[in-house]
Amino acid sequence: MIGALTTLLSCQLAGEVLARALHLPVPGPVIGMALLFTGLLLRGREAPPALHATADALLGNLGLLFVPAGVGVMLYLPVLARDWAPLSLSVLAGTLAAIAFTGRLAQRLLRGR
Amino acid sequence: MSELGEIWVYLAREPLAALAATLLAWLGALRLQRLCRRHPLANPVLFAVLILAAGLLLSGIDYRSYFEGAQFVHFLLGPATVALAVPLHRQWEAVRRSALLAALSVVTGGLFAAAVGVAIALALGAAPEVVASLAPRSVTTPVAMGIAERIGGLPSLTAALVIASGITGAALGPLVLNLARVEDMRARGLAMGTASHGIGTARALSVSAAAGAFSGLAMGLNALASALLLPLLWHALAG
Repeated sequence: MIGALTTLLSCQLAGEVLARALHLPVPGPVIGMALLFTGLLLRGREAPPALHATADALLGNLGLLFVPAGVGVMLYLPVLARDWAPLSLSVLAGTLAAIAFTGRLAQRLLRGR
Repeated sequence: MSELGEIWVYLAREPLAALAATLLAWLGALRLQRLCRRHPLANPVLFAVLILAAGLLLSGIDYRSYFEGAQFVHFLLGPATVALAVPLHRQWEAVRRSALLAALSVVTGGLFAAAVGVAIALALGAAPEVVASLAPRSVTTPVAMGIAERIGGLPSLTAALVIASGITGAALGPLVLNLARVEDMRARGLAMGTASHGIGTARALSVSAAAGAFSGLAMGLNALASALLLPLLWHALAG
């Protein structure tokens, strides 16, 4: 488990360093994700069981990790009170329109494959 | 100083209380979710945020001193984002045949989601930082917060909007897909993962393994594509 955590943190660290050194517009952890994915593809076999277990443990409780940032919404109660109409319509209509659009597009592109 | 006062000073200085409160609120939220029989609208993140925000507002503790302690949970979002590579790699054999066309749908759909959200907010006269916070709302939270930071949005507001978009998609997405007559399970999964990230993926997984695999792929690809494209497009169009 320590080995798996070290792998995850090293990929994140490399991602953060790359993002800053090359002035990339991508957050460091996303570059870390791409690095780890590339590494796993190059490795050619199954990822080590410990990495599976640690990734599953983190992703299985992904919701918990959003909570501290989510509580920060209390700082924006005035913004929410002022802009509640654009915010709620954008989230509701925007999300449902995107689901319909992406679903139709993907169904057409993947037809017969 | 009284003994109670000393205890209070200790609790306010150390991260212990904020960490314990966060975990307790999360366990309480999971229990509430089970009480609601895992109804898609009964989202544990929403419950935990409401419990903690209400607690802080009632006790008069400010968010910054709470976050001092809770940042240790927040920090794990970084490694968790890196860990998304593992399920993506696990599903790779199943999805690689249609990976290119799937990626095209996800990238187009992700940009469409951002554009519609921004257009609605602009049409209704939202403040600029609110519009920027809305743009990455269909991307998984840690990435969305990073994007919001880069385009002049408010990361915490984005986190709340991401969660709201996830709950919306998970609850109403399957209905919309039925209305749009999308029957291909791969396409349904791609749509859920693109617009509603992890929360949509959890719903897709509960319906079909194929939809779940494609939804997870869509979540990862949309995170990558939006992180690359949104800041570039934003600065090109706004600057």
